[in-house]
Amino acid sequence: MAAATSRFSLFSKGQLVVLGLLASTPLIDVAMPTLRLSAPMRTVVTSAIIALGLNIVVGWTGLLNLGIAAFAALGAYAFGILTCEIYPFQVGFWWGVLLAGAVGAFAGWLLGAPTLRLRGDYLAIVTLGFGEIVQDGLKNLEAITKGTQGINPLPAPSLPGIEFSSETPVRWFYAYLAILAVVVFLCRNLEFSRLGRQWFAVREDELAARCMGIQPDKAKLKAFAIGAALAAVGGALIASQLSSTGEPANYDFQMSILALCIVIVGGIGSITGVMVGAIVMVGLNNVVLPIATQSLQNAGIGSTQNVLTSPDNYKFLLFGLALVLMMRYRPDGIIHSGKAVRK
Amino acid sequence: MTNTEVFLQQLIYGLSNGMIIALVALGYTMVYGIVELINFAHGDVFTLGGFLTLTIVGVLGAAAIIEPGALGESSHWLLLLGLVIAAGVFCGGLNLAINRIVYKPLRSAPKLTQLVAAIGVSFILVNIALFWGGAPMKVFGGGNAAAASKDFPEILEGSNLLGDSSNVVLRLEDIAIFAVTIPLMIGLTLFVKKTRLGRGMRATAQNPIAAKLMGIDTDRVIAATFLIGGFLGGAASVMWSVYNNTISFQMGFRAGMDAFTAAVLGGIGSLPGAMVGGVLIGLIRAMSDQYIETRWTNVVVFGVLILILIFRPSGLLGLKQREKV
Repeated sequence: MAAATSRFSLFSKGQLVVLGLLASTPLIDVAMPTLRLSAPMRTVVTSAIIALGLNIVVGWTGLLNLGIAAFAALGAYAFGILTCEIYPFQVGFWWGVLLAGAVGAFAGWLLGAPTLRLRGDYLAIVTLGFGEIVQDGLKNLEAITKGTQGINPLPAPSLPGIEFSSETPVRWFYAYLAILAVVVFLCRNLEFSRLGRQWFAVREDELAARCMGIQPDKAKLKAFAIGAALAAVGGALIASQLSSTGEPANYDFQMSILALCIVIVGGIGSITGVMVGAIVMVGLNNVVLPIATQSLQNAGIGSTQNVLTSPDNYKFLLFGLALVLMMRYRPDGIIHSGKAVRK
Repeated sequence: MTNTEVFLQQLIYGLSNGMIIALVALGYTMVYGIVELINFAHGDVFTLGGFLTLTIVGVLGAAAIIEPGALGESSHWLLLLGLVIAAGVFCGGLNLAINRIVYKPLRSAPKLTQLVAAIGVSFILVNIALFWGGAPMKVFGGGNAAAASKDFPEILEGSNLLGDSSNVVLRLEDIAIFAVTIPLMIGLTLFVKKTRLGRGMRATAQNPIAAKLMGIDTDRVIAATFLIGGFLGGAASVMWSVYNNTISFQMGFRAGMDAFTAAVLGGIGSLPGAMVGGVLIGLIRAMSDQYIETRWTNVVVFGVLILILIFRPSGLLGLKQREKV
């Protein structure tokens, strides 16, 4: 395979193209300030990181996780508790992100250990249930999580000599993009590692993998934990961007499905595809829909009164159609990973 | 209220809600039993049933047919029966159409592909319900605030059947739930046990290929399963709306999760299992509301779901079976 010969380069061509494309978005923001891209740009990055985590579980290991938002929530709250001034830890941005990832990995391991031997569709429902439990748990444990208020304020990234604040969204975006690049690099190395090949083997045929001396349960558990860790890092970055964990209901089933849409629309199993998916889905969700809503209102057609003329109300339809049509006509996504046999 | 009275009251709530959950659960369990698909959209078919019911009630209300006694003594019961049939036929037809358009072309695709498509259908239906909620009708708040929950009018009179002096409240609505759900369950059981199509269903559930070789039109059996499952969901949506007096475009998610949990608890694929599971989930919810805290009830239900799946994935009444290769 062509990719195998280039395994010692930092990124593949496709990944470089997409990362480069992302790096040039501040130019679009300068050229067309009306798009107001500075917040969505960072959301593309955080969503891509969460979706890359989900991709390890769904795309590479073939386990359907419908509760990835729960791990993002745990990451966000771990980051909040570890960095907010009202708690005694205050470890700072970078340690906060790293430790949030560790918390996510632990939570993934905790959920995965007893449940990973379940059949695929049962596992999907367990992860969905876990997502709901985490949401309600975070909401109800007010003493620790501040309930629906969310934990705030939270620190922005920090580097010696460089200041990050809401006044410098471009700088902040590049910090996030750098983190995404690191995540892509890690994923790329995992993909071609011994562990990555074990995941593919387990996905294609668990019994055959077992016969080849792979322990499927261990491989799955690692996928679950690593995927959860990435989602938690994404959650921590979201919290930092908002300077608040937000309320637990932000990390709902819809967020999990958005991540799943990103993976499936972009190209299940392909790192480049997942990044493209993040640009497409977040672009639709956070840029195109709000702008369409705004411009319709300005034109006097749309109103908040009529449900049909507000494009924002077509969100579920959009997600739903994306999933149904992709499954029907292009189950491998926009970018083929070219590996899946899946019979 | 004494402790016993509190307990009896929760028992009534739990049983009534449980019977409704059981009806929805039957839809999940029948489809899973035959095509091994978690029909994720089932809960949202249920939602649309509720919206259709409210629309009919709104139209009839505008024509003043639901005035007390408009059709004689039993007008409420006639109305209820009409709503159950209308919503049942609508939801059954909808389920049938979804099967034909989305699931059938994917029948030989991997299971997870089918499940993801089902989730997609669920989201589409949620959006349709959202739009429906913005319909310019008085019962939907005149088309404003489409996403808000809608009040469902009181159809059966709400006085306490146990007398005004009793602390425990048993309303006509509780009786109505049993009067609707139990005959449906008996009818379904007889249908599956006694009729030719029912025998085809049991054969297809056991082994689709063998059933096909024996001359059973499995496509027709699958379609019938979706139709019947949808009908039961529609009937459940009427009872749910009448009982809870409110509907919202997202109600199918919770109801669907409760029902799916019930189906798994009873043993997925098993009809009596879904009935028992539904009642148990209703009781667990009611008791958790009372004796733990309402805000923890969803955690309790999902906790139960996860624990059953881990320790007894075949459920209470399900048969232990190896995963087919």
